[in-house]
Amino acid sequence: METIVHEFPPYREHEATHAHEAHVHHEDIGFWRKYVFSTDHKIIGIQYGFTALCFLLFGLFLMLMMRWQIAHPGQPVPAIGPLLAKLLGQPAANGVISPELYNSFGAMHGTIMIFLGVVPLAFAAFGNYVVPLMIGAPDMAFPRVNMASYQAYFLGGIVMLVSFFIPGGAAQAGWTSYSPLATSIPTDGQMFWIIGMVLLITSSLLGAVNFIATIIQLRAPGMTWMRLPFFVWAQFVTAFLLLLAFPPLEAAALMQLMDNVVHTSFFLPTGLAVGGQLAHISGGGSPLLWQHLFWFLGHPEVYVLILPAMGIVAEIIANNTRKPLWGYKSLVYSVLAIGFLSFIVWAHHMYLTGMGTKIATFFQATTLAISIPSVIILTCLLISLWGGSIRFNTPMLFCLAFLPMFGIGGLTGLPLGLAPSDIYLHDTYYVIAHFHYVVAPGTIFALFAGIYYWFPKMTGRKMNEFWGRVHFWCSLVFMNIVFMPMFAQGMEGMLRRMANGGANYSAARVPGVLDTLPNDIMAMNDWILWAAIALGLAQIPFIINLFWSIKHGEPVSSDNPWQATTLDWQAPTPPPHGNFAEPPQIYRGPYEYSGPGHATDFTPQNQPGSSPTPQTATAH
Amino acid sequence: MEIPYAIHVRPDTGVYNAKVGIWLFLASEVMLFGALFSAYVLIRVGAPPGEWPHGWQNVTLGTINTIVLALSAITTLMAWVACKVRQFGKFKFFHACTLLLGLAFLCIKGVEYYDHLTHYEIHLAGGRIADGHMLENNPKADYVVIDGRYVDNEEQLIDLRAQKNIQETEIKIPRADIKDMQNYGPWHNDYLALYFTMTGLHALHILAGCIVIGYLWGPGRKLWAVDPEHFTNRVEVSGLFWHFVDLVWIFLFPVLYLT
Repeated sequence: METIVHEFPPYREHEATHAHEAHVHHEDIGFWRKYVFSTDHKIIGIQYGFTALCFLLFGLFLMLMMRWQIAHPGQPVPAIGPLLAKLLGQPAANGVISPELYNSFGAMHGTIMIFLGVVPLAFAAFGNYVVPLMIGAPDMAFPRVNMASYQAYFLGGIVMLVSFFIPGGAAQAGWTSYSPLATSIPTDGQMFWIIGMVLLITSSLLGAVNFIATIIQLRAPGMTWMRLPFFVWAQFVTAFLLLLAFPPLEAAALMQLMDNVVHTSFFLPTGLAVGGQLAHISGGGSPLLWQHLFWFLGHPEVYVLILPAMGIVAEIIANNTRKPLWGYKSLVYSVLAIGFLSFIVWAHHMYLTGMGTKIATFFQATTLAISIPSVIILTCLLISLWGGSIRFNTPMLFCLAFLPMFGIGGLTGLPLGLAPSDIYLHDTYYVIAHFHYVVAPGTIFALFAGIYYWFPKMTGRKMNEFWGRVHFWCSLVFMNIVFMPMFAQGMEGMLRRMANGGANYSAARVPGVLDTLPNDIMAMNDWILWAAIALGLAQIPFIINLFWSIKHGEPVSSDNPWQATTLDWQAPTPPPHGNFAEPPQIYRGPYEYSGPGHATDFTPQNQPGSSPTPQTATAH
Repeated sequence: MEIPYAIHVRPDTGVYNAKVGIWLFLASEVMLFGALFSAYVLIRVGAPPGEWPHGWQNVTLGTINTIVLALSAITTLMAWVACKVRQFGKFKFFHACTLLLGLAFLCIKGVEYYDHLTHYEIHLAGGRIADGHMLENNPKADYVVIDGRYVDNEEQLIDLRAQKNIQETEIKIPRADIKDMQNYGPWHNDYLALYFTMTGLHALHILAGCIVIGYLWGPGRKLWAVDPEHFTNRVEVSGLFWHFVDLVWIFLFPVLYLT
């Protein structure tokens, strides 16, 4: 903390810098303070990113185990089965995934992917690393709160992982943890889930406060609101969603903890029977109350997953089309509109609870209304491609794939937003396919793009382009083979959360009965399994590339290898503690590419002089 | 490296960083308690007619606690004003008052909790109910002693507002007569579940506030000598939190005690 910024070597804009030698820290604070208990937003961002990637990999592993069980119910898992039996004991006896273990894996796959994987990576990792750089700040507003945020997250992750090994295993009531099911299961997994969630909510609360305060207070001189890069706007709105949507879940978790531990009846109705016996409770509670509180978080959470991804895509598209983003202001107002509307759509997850047509109509209207700003954002990004001389590098490929993949995810959501069609599709594989298209080839592709894009800023080296492309094409193909058939399965009526993949409703099992699942629909379980395994293998080039490139990647020739306009690329590589040698002064908007009358086709935000073109005008 | 606007206000926003931070934090706290109040509304509205308890709290103690917190709000403000006019002695006095008032609140709350947790509803084999405070409950003895009364059915225990001057006597009950015995803890019914959860969470906030105020009054006051402006900001931010916690009580008191 005692460092004087002016000790750093002078800041050079486009010349080659020997990143690793020229910008060495002058701090001598030791390994632990520098890398483990760091208050530097960049180290914390990398900590978040690395931990989140590990959790994503673990979530992928849980998914593979479940897909095996779905395709081959009751058969021992090859290769990994004996290990599971050894680690988890009875629930995985003989290497077979029991229905209870399947439920645990299902609940934890969702929890881990969302709360420990995608949100920390999209919001905390990229936000921490990039936002202060983009707004020209030396660090986050509250560096020690930032450290506490990561520590709470890490601890929450540990609690979730430990819960797999306690007697009875991890939580089994789905990532939504509906009561009274979550209270009726007689194992301790749910308690660990709640405590883990409280820690994760604390973490995101601290992060959200920090992000908003940083963006409001620490913008460099001249960085007006309408000069903020779109990524910063997206993170700003995301932080508000986390700030305001998570506390109701914390309250709900507290009440569920009371139900589980001191036997209150917040969510337990009068006359509840568990295992054929009348439960010994006072009753009077409301199971719907849990659903309302959960989805009051749950729906804004969807936008927590998608908005940072849209921000990343916008940055990379502007950079690689060498054009200003089309409709910057529409993008900003749309993201604000999404943020507001996302708080009043939650009950579209609950059409089947008998809520009545009037309330259902309200939520249908808001649900369809929120698709308007989403479509505006996607359209702006699509039109931004028009007439650009596009550079097809790995980050750009991932971003280009994001557009149609998110499009599929979004459009297939419309039938779920309308009560009449949702009543048919609710809780089927169609829903799984829909939200995985949004999150997996949508958000996660954008996150991959962000990793390939900002890697040179973090390390001074680029990731390998060839293996990046291998990673991209394999992921794209297998992702679609995994999720596309699920639309068909769902429309045939295959339900989610069945440990045997619907075998007991299959035409093969109950011949001659109407509306069973036909053989070709059941056979899809098998292809999905193999495509999922291939998708897992397709991540190996990425993992090797990520670690190999830290030391052996192609070194960048300047601080700004992508020739970008935003401030993050004008900082030294990697940025030292305190980021900028001189506090930057901002003179122009974020996307001044290909302005006529300039020597280069990009004009960084901190380059003095007048803006030659208005924001939205382009030179077609 | 120094974070800009950590102490002095940023001219265009008019605030320093920590003030933005605390207001954002309080916004999230509004949502946290807001969710609990929504739960209260939903569960109370969903309760069958005539089953929602009334008059189960000691309104006198609740009123005293309300006054205690209102006074502490004034002393917190005075402590901040004392810092602003750079009178450290006055700050120490007023902050000590706030701390003591906060602890007094917690003590009174503790008395109320103890009262509920020693209060038993005992269903007897004959169909009657004995209701009162436990005096003797030795697991080895074959009887229990309460200071209470007999009622014929549970409905008589729901609305106590109209029942003035309840006559309580010492009652000895053989354990063989007891069908079911439960104290008035959060497991007793949803009203008490809400009461304990909401006031418990609020009490945790009071405790957290006491720790922060105690820190600023004790070891944290060293900052005054170095940077009084920074210290004054800390007092202001902790004061904002304290006012919020007071405000939550202003909602809890009528909702749980008076209706």
